[in-house]
Amino acid sequence: MKTVSPFRDLGEGRPEVEVLLNGAPLRLPEGMNLAAALLAAGVRSLRRTPVSGAERAPYCMMGACFDCLVEIGGVTRQACMLNVEAGMEITRPQEEITHVDG
Amino acid sequence: MLTADLIVIGAGPAGMAAAAEAGRAGLSVLVLDEQSQPGGQIYRDVERVVPLRGDLLGADYAAGLPLAQGLAEQGVSHLNGAVSWAIEEGGRVMFTRAGRAEQAEGRRILLATGALERPMPVPGWTLPGVMTVGAAQILLKQSGVVPERAVLAGSGPLIYLTAAQMVRAGVPPLALVETQTRGDALRAARHMGGALRGWRYLLKGLGLMRELKRAGVQRFVGAEALAVMGDDRAEGLRFRRGGRDHEIACETVLLHHGVVPNTQAARSIGVAHRWDAVQQCFSPVLDEWGRTGVEGVLIAGDGAGIGGAKAAEYAGRLAALQVAEDLGAITAHARDEVARHLRGDLRRERAIRPFLDTAYPPYAGAITPEDATLVCRCEEVTAGDIRRFARMGCLGPNQAKAFGRAGMGPCQGRYCGLAVSAILAQETGQSMDETGYYRIRPPLKPVTLGELAAMEEPVTDAAE
Repeated sequence: MKTVSPFRDLGEGRPEVEVLLNGAPLRLPEGMNLAAALLAAGVRSLRRTPVSGAERAPYCMMGACFDCLVEIGGVTRQACMLNVEAGMEITRPQEEITHVDG
Repeated sequence: MLTADLIVIGAGPAGMAAAAEAGRAGLSVLVLDEQSQPGGQIYRDVERVVPLRGDLLGADYAAGLPLAQGLAEQGVSHLNGAVSWAIEEGGRVMFTRAGRAEQAEGRRILLATGALERPMPVPGWTLPGVMTVGAAQILLKQSGVVPERAVLAGSGPLIYLTAAQMVRAGVPPLALVETQTRGDALRAARHMGGALRGWRYLLKGLGLMRELKRAGVQRFVGAEALAVMGDDRAEGLRFRRGGRDHEIACETVLLHHGVVPNTQAARSIGVAHRWDAVQQCFSPVLDEWGRTGVEGVLIAGDGAGIGGAKAAEYAGRLAALQVAEDLGAITAHARDEVARHLRGDLRRERAIRPFLDTAYPPYAGAITPEDATLVCRCEEVTAGDIRRFARMGCLGPNQAKAFGRAGMGPCQGRYCGLAVSAILAQETGQSMDETGYYRIRPPLKPVTLGELAAMEEPVTDAAE
């Protein structure tokens, strides 16, 4: 199924690379801001909050609000402060913690 | 350890201009910036982006090019992707870059950390699909990504600029829902003298309005009772205007009601701050060169009080001149020769601010949010919770942390601090200065044990 994004990507002609988002392959433009690339790919929510489990997505795009947290290689990072790299394994941070806690 | 005469934190207009000025004066300068390219938020990725879509972003954006090129000045080294997380006495800065913590020592430190969007707690503001107007503009500048069915809500010139840039990108917004009132416009008319001195901005504003009108973008002025609709994501914006309820279905809601100084770094080292009743924010207490009460630390740009990109550039240069004179690189006479012109430029640049601040005040409904509205996004604390803490005897924001974790999440109060202080002040009847702000402590940004451990490993590559 093709995901419809609420965002239009004007396009910079970057080559696409494959990343894994919650285990599923996804093609994103290499070197693009990760949060922007995920939004443009139609990913609407990146995580759930640890308090109420509410869905969250990028809010400030400048490294200040920490709502775009994702887990990459076991470390929680701000998606808006990263660029897309081939082979990135991106997961939801809080679901991982809930899983470990049992 | 890296050493420099001057460490500049932040590569926006103030930081870039200061670095070049200090470099020209013969100082060694180290610029530490979080982003992968210089420019700050206003000139985000300017060198890479101007050739790609400079036309739709406009001439004021391209004005950042010479500033970014100024980082190539003799004596200036710029580290991108460098996240500063602690500033210590004696001019030491701890930062993380490429997975390892590092230290740098400067004889002087200039904080050029810019502005943040003013917190705008309205019902539904935490839903996916809600972003700041600034965030949408960053998406467009840096990545060429534009929301398709968006409503921009709140007040301030940034709304018009961003909406016009979206129009030029071929993706006009559905509507602007503006919270400023006719009363605000009348009050602002008193500051028309200053506004006319800033005529260039007035013309730009009028041009943007014409552009939006031509594109058929609907404007609702004097809106109140704003609420984002939707359960798991934004599905629309509800508001009231002229006694009538409106609903606009959309997929993205962009919020903005001004920007405020980002004071995290300055507060973490004990710089005194004072409530600015006109700009409705806390600003650091500085002298005419940007010097703080903390030995060797200066602040320039929007982090010192909102003045915009050009004002930031002039203030950055003034701070750099003072540091150069202080360290013996230039004479007081040479400093003052240049400073005289810069101060004139700065006065002209700031002339329009009282008009803008009065014409586009913060949205009252987000300064006094409804009880059920989340104020602290991270810990999900509501305005009603804060009021309850106040009734239980909570006087200030630091106590509010103990009462209910407000401000203790990952953003460390950046997007709730002003709102929490304002609600407490309303409840206790104390002033904003009496109520105060969160005590900010390092680390300013998260640092992992692995990054800290890597600090002790031998450095293979020095700063490029």
